[in-house]
Amino acid sequence: MAERLIELRDISKSYGQVYALGGVNLSVDRGEVVGLLGDNGAGKSTLIKILSGVVKPTSGEILVRGKPVTGWSAARSREAGIETVFQDRALAVQQTIVRNIFMGRELTGFMGFLRVNKEIEEASRLMREIGFTSKVFTPQSIVGQLSGGERQGVAIARAIYKQAELIVLDEPTTALSLTETAKVFHFVRQVRASGRSILFIGHNIHHVFDIADRFVVLDRGKVALTTDRSEVKSAEDLINFMEEVAHPGGLAGLHDAGDAEQRAR
Amino acid sequence: MSKTMERDLHEPSAGIPRPSSQKEWRHPSDHWMRGFILDNRAALGTLAVFIVMMTVFLIANPTVFTTWYLYRSVLTTLPVALFVVVPLVFVVTCGEIDLSFPATMGFASWVFALVVQAGYDPFLGIAAALVTGMLLGFLVGSLVVYGGLSSLIATLGMNFLLRGLIQIINEGKSMALTSLSDSWAYTIFSSQLLGIPVQIFWAIGFVVLSAMLYNRHRFGAQVRVVGDNPDSAQQMGIDVKRVRVKVFVFVGIGAAIAGTFSVMINFTWWPTAGDGYLLPVLASVFVGGTPTWGGIGTVAGGAIGAVTVSFIQTGVVAAGLSGFYVQFFNGLIIILSLLGHKWNQARYR
Repeated sequence: MAERLIELRDISKSYGQVYALGGVNLSVDRGEVVGLLGDNGAGKSTLIKILSGVVKPTSGEILVRGKPVTGWSAARSREAGIETVFQDRALAVQQTIVRNIFMGRELTGFMGFLRVNKEIEEASRLMREIGFTSKVFTPQSIVGQLSGGERQGVAIARAIYKQAELIVLDEPTTALSLTETAKVFHFVRQVRASGRSILFIGHNIHHVFDIADRFVVLDRGKVALTTDRSEVKSAEDLINFMEEVAHPGGLAGLHDAGDAEQRAR
Repeated sequence: MSKTMERDLHEPSAGIPRPSSQKEWRHPSDHWMRGFILDNRAALGTLAVFIVMMTVFLIANPTVFTTWYLYRSVLTTLPVALFVVVPLVFVVTCGEIDLSFPATMGFASWVFALVVQAGYDPFLGIAAALVTGMLLGFLVGSLVVYGGLSSLIATLGMNFLLRGLIQIINEGKSMALTSLSDSWAYTIFSSQLLGIPVQIFWAIGFVVLSAMLYNRHRFGAQVRVVGDNPDSAQQMGIDVKRVRVKVFVFVGIGAAIAGTFSVMINFTWWPTAGDGYLLPVLASVFVGGTPTWGGIGTVAGGAIGAVTVSFIQTGVVAAGLSGFYVQFFNGLIIILSLLGHKWNQARYR
């Protein structure tokens, strides 16, 4: 079995009386792509924010490589090798590409002064590696001048710098063109090929189905299903299951649905 | 990145578009001078305003504007403004505002005056003033950041509060510090060198150092990012609150230096010390080309803005107009500069 990279145990989060998450377990092994699915309000974003240290869970435990961590924060999460590409991309649009890539971990030398040339060099290397290059922008261009796909490229470049062990992609294909979406998928495959892990959050089940090794379906703050790719026949199965979860009363679950379908054939 | 990924990049599997990885990086402004102008257009715009204004003054009254005395008098008072304008550029970039610096100037210079009057060395007084400025900056910053208050209102309140404290305790009495004139501190910080007031050199040093801090230091980089998008900065692990408190501490330090210099110029501390600087200093920041919305700014522009603002008053009177015109021209220059900057810089969202 592959090494367990990160594990969230019994994570709960409540905002006052409202429960966003009620005892969620989620783990990611080295080199796997986990697809996190769920309807709006299922708690996907909250879970991602907890994983990236932006939001503190009400209760629960976070384990990195099997060891429980204390004082979990955004900085700690990044130190542990978790990089998140947020849905809104978390870019400072009036700053240069370089400043965005090195946001929060500036390359500094003497007395905290920036190593500007080193940063530019590293940034252009990163951008070239993931194929987000162009004749019209350089590492010193302002992010506000870039298109949506190019901005996504900056966010991804930031995530792969420092050889992150786990890259969390929160709805990375929302509002992207077909070509840009293909680029993101290409990137996900690259990352998996290099032995690193991805947690892919998406609305579009077809997108997630194409790319993930394992699926986790969240529903109203709880894990409704965890299943391997091999156990799911088609994207339709997943869709049926999610509809089933959202509107209970029909079939008992995905496995039954799948079996029934197979028997029918 | 690993070898496998590089290979993957050049031989993409079927159906996946090949990324255009072989294109060359090229800046639209490849020529170094165009790049320089683009990067510094706010500061250069301010410089242009200043040059035009001085030309008008020079044409209006060539005799006065070619005498050194006029420039010396500006160079004596200008440094005091510079020490607060520059830290304020950081605050405004960070998306905040600090209106409490005049009281901090008064408070820190009061501590300086007390130490000197008690017979201690002025250097000790400067150190005490700096500590006072830092503490007051920290107090104001913590109130705004951890108290979650609007910096506009909270710092305005702190300005009244601190000034009120000074007034209550001193009951309007000033302090004459005649012993300053033969101290080492005076020679170093406030005398003249070749007919030039020496404090301008300290102020220029401060501006250059701050500009490096702003453009080339982690602190400046984080201040800009926090002002630009605080949520993103937090998501990327920056301690946003701490950065915000730090800019207020920086203003406190600047105000302490400014207050101390103003006392050393006059040999007297007044309970109103610093009061007159509020509006000219704020005007300088914005005339300098730092926009109000945060995320970007220019230290050099702010410094040039301070020079412009301090020349307006002197210039209008020296150009032969009566003192009644000063406010009108002050306003005119501010409005024209803002219009110029609006046209000069785009706001990205």
